[in-house]
Amino acid sequence: MTPAVLTAAQAGLVSCETCSLLSRPVNLAEPGYCPRCGGELALRHNNSIQYTWALVIAAAICYIPANMLPVLNTSALGKDEPDTIISGVIFLYTSGSWPLALIVLVASVMVPLGKLIALAYLLITVQRRSIRSNRERTRLYRLVEFIGRWSMLDVFVDTFTVALVQLQPLMSVRPGAGVLFFAAVVVLTMLAAESFDPRLIWDSSSTPKGHHA
Amino acid sequence: METVACHECDLLQRVPELPSGGKAKCPRCGNTVASRPTASLDRALALTVTAAIVFILAHTTSLMGLSAVGRSSSTTIFGGVLQMWEDGERITAVIVMFCAGIAPGVYIAFLLTVLAATRRPPAPLWVGEMMRWSHHMHPWSMNEVMILGILVALIKIAELATVEAGIGMYAMGGLVVLFPAIALSIDEHEVWESIEWADGREPPRFRAHDASRGGASR
Repeated sequence: MTPAVLTAAQAGLVSCETCSLLSRPVNLAEPGYCPRCGGELALRHNNSIQYTWALVIAAAICYIPANMLPVLNTSALGKDEPDTIISGVIFLYTSGSWPLALIVLVASVMVPLGKLIALAYLLITVQRRSIRSNRERTRLYRLVEFIGRWSMLDVFVDTFTVALVQLQPLMSVRPGAGVLFFAAVVVLTMLAAESFDPRLIWDSSSTPKGHHA
Repeated sequence: METVACHECDLLQRVPELPSGGKAKCPRCGNTVASRPTASLDRALALTVTAAIVFILAHTTSLMGLSAVGRSSSTTIFGGVLQMWEDGERITAVIVMFCAGIAPGVYIAFLLTVLAATRRPPAPLWVGEMMRWSHHMHPWSMNEVMILGILVALIKIAELATVEAGIGMYAMGGLVVLFPAIALSIDEHEVWESIEWADGREPPRFRAHDASRGGASR
């Protein structure tokens, strides 16, 4: 890699996030709007680190009730049976469809936790102005962005189980309080990934005394 | 040649004229900075029209049906949302509605308008506004996640009752293929070159076509 790299910010240019047009604003701190698409320009996402931390912490708090509270309540023949995400996975496993049990386990338990750890790691390394393994960290960010939506899996499973199993008075399924927290974890981590600016990973290597968002 | 900055690491770089089907990657972080799909915008429009029809089908027909001990029930996507709402999980119902219906619906409707409008450049500025919104909707359209969720639900319920997939299910399967196909076939560069500028200038594509060639330098 050549040491003489020039970023748009160093050259006094801002790239539009919507249409990719490079423009030279009068004031880099307040670049205004894109002359082509009219979108709001920003050198880096506004307060990226603070927003992302806030969303990550909120999601981490919701992660606990999401896993502890039942997501479904099955009532059959007058008997109520609450189901958490983990017991849903165990049910799938014992009923013989272990590939599905694995998919649900990965998508609902491991992916959200992995996302929280990955985002926290990215935030901490950016704040400590790390200049190591930038490429790998960018790749990690891309993975977090790509995989995040898959955690919504269990919310869809619950929605359609509830909608379909309505055979009153024999058997019915109602959603539990855990679903809300679970959906909140997914939405909050997706918003956190969106508000994190991957360019911050590279800023420590290119600007010795540069500004942070 | 066009100068762009990488969206993920802000590196300035010159991107040469790409061949059809070509892609340019950032030398520093490996992010794709430019791509030129083989498909024309007309094909993207055709795919979007198809997706719009399949989308309506997926949301109006039954996703799956269930029968047990002489009783039967079936559900659509909206039926699932409604049940969630009635059972008191209103916020969850809204989130599901957004990811399953609103986001993909807005994505298709806006892209359809954008692609139809750019056939006659210069397209007015609000077309660009729609392009931006369809960008925002894309990560929240979860067709492929939803279909997997429905399959898991089907297998879970199959333990207790007979379930069968409805037309809506196959339509959803179609959308899972159509969405990435649309995303891959849209040449965003070409779209932006056909839309009027916010500062009142006419787009380069229109200018080049009209009079002077190469007036598109910026």
